[in-house]
Amino acid sequence: MKPAPFTYKKARTVEEAVAMLGQQADAKLLAGGQSLIATLNMRLSTPSLLVDINSIGGLDKIELKDGMIEIGALVRHAQAERSDLIAKHAPLIARALPHIAHPAIRNRGTLCGSIAFADPAAELPACLLALGGEVVAAGPKGKRTVKADDFFKGLFETALGPQEMVTAIRVPAATAQTRTGFAELARRHGDYALVGLAASARTDGKGLADVRLAFFGAGDTPVRTKKAEAALAAGNIDTAIAALELSPHDDVQATAKTKKHLAGVLLKRVAAQLMEARA
Amino acid sequence: MSDRSLDISLTVNGERVSERVDARKTLVDFLRDDLLLTGSHVGCEHGVCGACTVRVNGEVVRGCLMLAVQCDGATVETIEGLSDSGEVADLQKAFEERNALQCGYCTPGMLATAQELLKGAQDKKQVPSRDEIREHISGNYCRCTGYHAIVDAVEAVAKARAGGKA
Repeated sequence: MKPAPFTYKKARTVEEAVAMLGQQADAKLLAGGQSLIATLNMRLSTPSLLVDINSIGGLDKIELKDGMIEIGALVRHAQAERSDLIAKHAPLIARALPHIAHPAIRNRGTLCGSIAFADPAAELPACLLALGGEVVAAGPKGKRTVKADDFFKGLFETALGPQEMVTAIRVPAATAQTRTGFAELARRHGDYALVGLAASARTDGKGLADVRLAFFGAGDTPVRTKKAEAALAAGNIDTAIAALELSPHDDVQATAKTKKHLAGVLLKRVAAQLMEARA
Repeated sequence: MSDRSLDISLTVNGERVSERVDARKTLVDFLRDDLLLTGSHVGCEHGVCGACTVRVNGEVVRGCLMLAVQCDGATVETIEGLSDSGEVADLQKAFEERNALQCGYCTPGMLATAQELLKGAQDKKQVPSRDEIREHISGNYCRCTGYHAIVDAVEAVAKARAGGKA
């Protein structure tokens, strides 16, 4: 199919993009477009106005600032994959990136776009949640910061207002004590996962502390499982698996029962990654 | 002037092109319908199959997941350009010799994608492994060959370009 007609406008600044979003109630932002244009082609989305933010300067930076890694709204997956800053200071994101779609899509797709789209089966929203990161949003009243724990509200639903755009995401820079784990199960590499798990923790030399487990493909949003986190911090993997509180839906790929089983399998794999000494 | 259609200027296969296009027209439809460059194919139209793969500003992209209006000022290369320049001549020969295509529908996208991997590997003076080749073309569906012959062809060219025997 082909997209329904729409008006196309290029924003040159964040302020201009925010103002344009206010011109039509159903306006959409175009960044990488790797999800949006697919939904336009399928007419699952028929906005009357598309605001292209690709020409806004300064949004394509990856920076280390005050102990946080900040990733701008136009940083593409391929750029992040090549980034030494990401490899060194955001190892969980570095682990997740190769699982996201395919090279041609990673050349265009943006990390912030994936966060704003909030597909419950996508890797990056779960990474942001597992890392306790935050989203920087610009709107008519200026900028605000939203914690990942408060950002994902429902199926493709976020804390963003209708006239707000994500200008960056931030995650705490990894320290020598940081441990991360990532695993997903998909029928074809690069496809959306049946179930996946992103995790971070801190090690005190003996065990794990501050364990954060974020499952994806297992509910309407990326989901933290706090009982399992506590059990894992106490060093008991079997208790952690038994404590997984997930209510995935049946879909064309797998039943809820299968997904719950697979979540346990992933937890075992990711727990092993978290226990590994950092190279 | 309506913002539903816009004037764009871009370079396609080395030639300057200026056209007025509907905002809703995807890059691959623009290349095929307006410029009659029908080597790029339209398959799934939602980024899954890879038949529409072209190069924009030096990087492979899905022609169905970019709008033509986004390519104002860009440099676009299609299989026609990659063929004419001879850049993928050895890959094309290897595909033919190893029966790495039957119907040929996926081939233009497959060649562009494989060339990106090979170029990157050449720059780093490496020969990609079969697993790396499979991973790199994982976003390009082929329903004829079962992929083995394609991996053979890409691997052979990788080795040949690195100075080994094909």
